[in-house]
Amino acid sequence: MLDRINITYTQIARAKKVLGRKIDIMEVCGTHTVSIFRTGLRDAFPEGLKLLSGPGCPVCITDQGYIDAVLAMADRDDCIIATYGDMIRVPGRKGSLERKTNRANIKIILSAEDTLNLAKQNPDKKIVFVAVGFETTAPATAVVVNEAIRQNIKNLFIFSNHKMVVPAMKALLSEKNHKIDAFMCPGHVSVIIGSDAYKPIVEQFKKPCVVAGFEPMQIIDAIAEICKQLADGTPAVASVYPAAVTPAGNRTAQKIIDETFDAVDGYWRGLGKIPKSTLKLKEKFSGFDAEKQLGVQFIPEEDLTGCRCGEVLCGLIDPPDCELFAKSCTPDTPVGPCMVSSEGACAAWFKYARKKRRNK
Amino acid sequence: MTDGDKVLLAHGGGGRLTDELIRSIILPAFKNETLDKLTDSAEIQFGKNSICFTTDSYVVRPLFFNGGDIGKLAVCGTINDLSVSGAKPLALSLALIIEEGLEIGILKKILESAAITAKKENVPIVCGDTKVVEAGSADKIFINTSGIGLKLPGANVGFERIAAGDKIIITGTIGDHGMTIMSQREGMKFQSDIESDCASVAQICAKAVETLGNDIKFMRDPTRGGLAATLNEIVNQTGLGIEIQESQIPINPTTKAAADMLGFDILNIANEGKVVIAVSAQKADKCLEICRGCENGKKAAIIGQVIRSDEPLVELITTIKGRRIVQMPYGRELPRIC
Repeated sequence: MLDRINITYTQIARAKKVLGRKIDIMEVCGTHTVSIFRTGLRDAFPEGLKLLSGPGCPVCITDQGYIDAVLAMADRDDCIIATYGDMIRVPGRKGSLERKTNRANIKIILSAEDTLNLAKQNPDKKIVFVAVGFETTAPATAVVVNEAIRQNIKNLFIFSNHKMVVPAMKALLSEKNHKIDAFMCPGHVSVIIGSDAYKPIVEQFKKPCVVAGFEPMQIIDAIAEICKQLADGTPAVASVYPAAVTPAGNRTAQKIIDETFDAVDGYWRGLGKIPKSTLKLKEKFSGFDAEKQLGVQFIPEEDLTGCRCGEVLCGLIDPPDCELFAKSCTPDTPVGPCMVSSEGACAAWFKYARKKRRNK
Repeated sequence: MTDGDKVLLAHGGGGRLTDELIRSIILPAFKNETLDKLTDSAEIQFGKNSICFTTDSYVVRPLFFNGGDIGKLAVCGTINDLSVSGAKPLALSLALIIEEGLEIGILKKILESAAITAKKENVPIVCGDTKVVEAGSADKIFINTSGIGLKLPGANVGFERIAAGDKIIITGTIGDHGMTIMSQREGMKFQSDIESDCASVAQICAKAVETLGNDIKFMRDPTRGGLAATLNEIVNQTGLGIEIQESQIPINPTTKAAADMLGFDILNIANEGKVVIAVSAQKADKCLEICRGCENGKKAAIIGQVIRSDEPLVELITTIKGRRIVQMPYGRELPRIC
């Protein structure tokens, strides 16, 4: 273990010397963000290496307008809202699901499949599935749609806000002020989309893209690989998580995503509209589409006064640079999305590193 | 909190929200010196003796889980609250709130389990109450137990006794109860062999106090909110800091894997048969030996120490020698998306 840490330190020093400045690496996965904080990695790194927490938490990048639309459906007596747990605390413009008074019709589910049972157990209700997440959870939603057809279930509706990682990474690099030297690519998402999915980013933007697992040593190895590429001037796609991630990814999962969804332009909280980044049900599944069947109004957000989650997600500022951080915005009273999920960059900062850190 | 606010599930989670509810709404209603201390049990002077008195209600789904059931839990939980206060449990009450429709067979099984546990611990259940409510007004069965105990001679435990340099001991693996319950809840699809640690800690507490007396500074069973909540209570009450070593904390690997899978921090997960002990540095090894000699303390470990600190913080030194703050949990762990 010490050997690997030493190698990483050497590569960081080399890269800093070659570039003549500090290095900014963005992790695009909430689980990386949490692992980095939980294991104290951020504190163990030398000066001049900064890890930016990018838009990798599905809760954090969910637009307020989407939450408002979910809340509106939760108000209806004929609807049951089925949601993953960490969505219930996300504030929209008019509160969150957790603060709703008639919570009896809000069900926390642990897998997409549970929505099928809810639909069968409540034939007189409309089950609305709050379908969020990246390419990791989209296949499960697709399976649910297919199962609903097979089992002739008519009272299940998908409110899809599934997001794709690569378009967001491209959007970040297209920003004029971005500070990103390289990406540490998400482990779980890459299992599905494959490491080859990052090739266009390397080709177009010449930035290293290295896939890592979630153990601290894998993250350390990924940083060594990134710094080596930066020092050598040879940006490439690499993986230090070969046990789970293949270049081509999981073709079955990719196929079912392609067959079920269309990639459309979509809103990301704090980042705005990103072309072809959001997965919506194809026309042939419109009978299951909550937006089409339940008259859901989805009004994208205007900027929240004072909240700088967008800049946090872009890696432009650290959470403590935001005026609201740890004052009006805390995990108990989140203003911005990054404070809501345990994987959000602000929540992780608040939870694990409130003391002033030298790694600034 | 204002009158219009609503009680949230997280208000019952044993974290920051529970604390807020107790301090701003419940304590002011009954204000008195004994209650305001918020100890695990109240101490009432009775001539030369002190009587300890405590109460707790038990609501758990599922009613039966790996390693225990609501009956065993209700008896152990109250025995434990007395034990960590340095008392020998003498007698318990047991009150039932039953939802209409509960099968008699299930009720019998629960009562039998409570009876076996009470007998094993030699603490009789001497009074009780039974209420039945309409279907839908309760979740199958709720149990309240109250208990009285006699303070052991030589017991002198309390937040005010903790000092910099004291060692922190945990008497076994953490998070097993909480993860067992969560992995057996409806809808959780993974199978595992995790078992709740639901057990009495009376033997450990009594032996520690009888042998080491004054050197045992503080004891608490880290239930809701887990180890993180108990350690944070210590720093908040004392103004001191605590430093713990991740590598020294006993953890069952399966429990850890289940917690990781759901995105939970195992430090926040409930225990039902463990004690956190603050002990003087000189007697820490002896205390560890005592714990390990007890039936429920075989995996006890010294996990850290109390330190002087500018801020009352619990810090964890991680396995890779990084540092991070361990916060008071919010109150309700939410499973994450992917």
